Amino acid sequence: MSGRPAIGLVDRLGVAGRVALAAFGGYAVAALAAALLALSLPLPRSEAVSAGTLGSFALMAAAVVWVFAARTLARAALGLGVVAAGLGGGVWLAGGFA
Amino acid sequence: MARGRVRVTAPRPFRPAMAWLHAWSGLVVGWALFAVFVTGTASYYRDDITRWMRPELTETAVDPVQAATTAGAFLARQMPDAAGWYVVMPKPEMPATEVHWWKSLEGPFHRALLDPATGETARVRDTRGGDFLYRFHYELSLPPLWGRWIVAICAMVLLVALISGIVTHRRIFADFFTFRRDRSAQRGWLDAHNVVGVLALPFHLMITYSGLVTLAPLLMPWGPQVAYGGDVLRYYAEAGLMPATRMPAGRPGTPPSLGEILARAVRDGGEAPEALLATMPGDAAGTVTAVFEEPHGLAHLHPQIAYDVGSGAEVARTGAAGGATRTGAVMIGLHEAHFAAPALRALFMLCGAMGAATVATGLVLWAVARTPKVAHPAGFGLRLVRILNLGAIAGLPTALAAYFLANRLLPLGLAERAAWETRTFFAAWALTALLCALLPRTRGWPVGLGLAAAAFAVVPVADAVLVGEARFLGFDLAMALLALLLALGARLSLRVPGRLRGASIPEGTARA
Repeated sequence: MSGRPAIGLVDRLGVAGRVALAAFGGYAVAALAAALLALSLPLPRSEAVSAGTLGSFALMAAAVVWVFAARTLARAALGLGVVAAGLGGGVWLAGGFA
Repeated sequence: MARGRVRVTAPRPFRPAMAWLHAWSGLVVGWALFAVFVTGTASYYRDDITRWMRPELTETAVDPVQAATTAGAFLARQMPDAAGWYVVMPKPEMPATEVHWWKSLEGPFHRALLDPATGETARVRDTRGGDFLYRFHYELSLPPLWGRWIVAICAMVLLVALISGIVTHRRIFADFFTFRRDRSAQRGWLDAHNVVGVLALPFHLMITYSGLVTLAPLLMPWGPQVAYGGDVLRYYAEAGLMPATRMPAGRPGTPPSLGEILARAVRDGGEAPEALLATMPGDAAGTVTAVFEEPHGLAHLHPQIAYDVGSGAEVARTGAAGGATRTGAVMIGLHEAHFAAPALRALFMLCGAMGAATVATGLVLWAVARTPKVAHPAGFGLRLVRILNLGAIAGLPTALAAYFLANRLLPLGLAERAAWETRTFFAAWALTALLCALLPRTRGWPVGLGLAAAAFAVVPVADAVLVGEARFLGFDLAMALLALLLALGARLSLRVPGRLRGASIPEGTARA
């Protein structure tokens, strides 16, 4: 797009970083949430699995929105990292990694 | 939508960040999504399309027991030691038995269409009918896993685009009644995008989320993975989605009599099942599962009863699904709309068409909003988007019409006839896209849409001349209506350059 200020490498890398964080980080949060809900919801086992799977897509969408709305890439990564660590810890406590 | 300024970097206040996210996320998946929406919308009429494409089959009463017996004999001749046989039972309006068989789940999957009375290959032109469009809707004619992952990623990005679009669109109610066609090209496209997007917004949200749910076993296997140690079949059985399965015995057993098992299923289930699935039919512990139609209601839950291959005794049946599983099944049911009577089905079709229109107007708007205001030549990115827009939006309708035309025009005895029909589909798409890309920019849309209109207009003529049956009148009228709509679109696009000239670009720079 000519006639416009050139977009710097730093900006491009920032966008690429957010896209990668949204895709992989967002999926990780959704997958861990699906696993944790499957193990911890007070429902019959198959029902907990179904409920966790159904809800996971909404969580992924929310995580992606957060990544692109956060003020900086580092903040976005920190937020997602804290949530993922919490969920991962929960799955570990519930024996999901056994 | 970003107006005027083009930013590749994301600005940070919430609403502008969401506007940026909406514009770019919509763009990168837009071309694939347009095809997914169009073929998905056509799939609401999958059976009607298949009937039109197999004009040799006329409504006939069928005997399900005889159909199952002859299909079983055919399959036992083809592959007695198969990993699976699948029999779709004939219905009066589709009086042919569809059989599939395979040696392993990796494929290849063989298929044939049989005469229910004799079990011989039916005398019907070789075609994939509406099934081709249905499979394209979620596999894009790619290897199944690749296609499904790509469509799933597009669906996830669409969900994000919908959420960010709603946030961006702050005056959602007031803008709904606004259509500023004559203000400027960009305003007109924005208003059109908003109207089709908002009018069917509940449908768009429902169809996107439920689409993800249909692909959940592939996308999100982690619940069954941790709670069932990866034993997905056990999860399906406990959830009430499938009967419990058993391991093969590893020694040959009595070959199943599909006719006897079907008769038993009719007694046990109270109606004829719509399909039979034989798992390891040559094994002593093989099963034949009768799959019944969904009971009345929204949920996509097919009751199933599994029988032992040798004795025909019941082995297992599906249990009742709980609330969460049923919620997921209702989502899939809403996505597929099998429950919908003609009027509601038409409404689903209109909503699907509005989804396709939302994607198309969004893609065009992206390009229009970034057209240089002064006499600068368009950059590479903008020209690429314009070419892809034309190829995707004008090329696909032409391809659909060519697919239907190929069904009527290809010689009946042609080897691999069904494959030639789909090759025609892709060839017409590629050629239209190429032609539109080579034309001057002001000609691309009128020629592309005009070509699609002409192709659809020929379909009813070809049908009337070559088949000419009153029962296909509805289909032919629909084709004529599509031709008319596309012709109107072509005419409208002829007028756009004039308005653009006044609004933004001087003549002579408008070439891409």
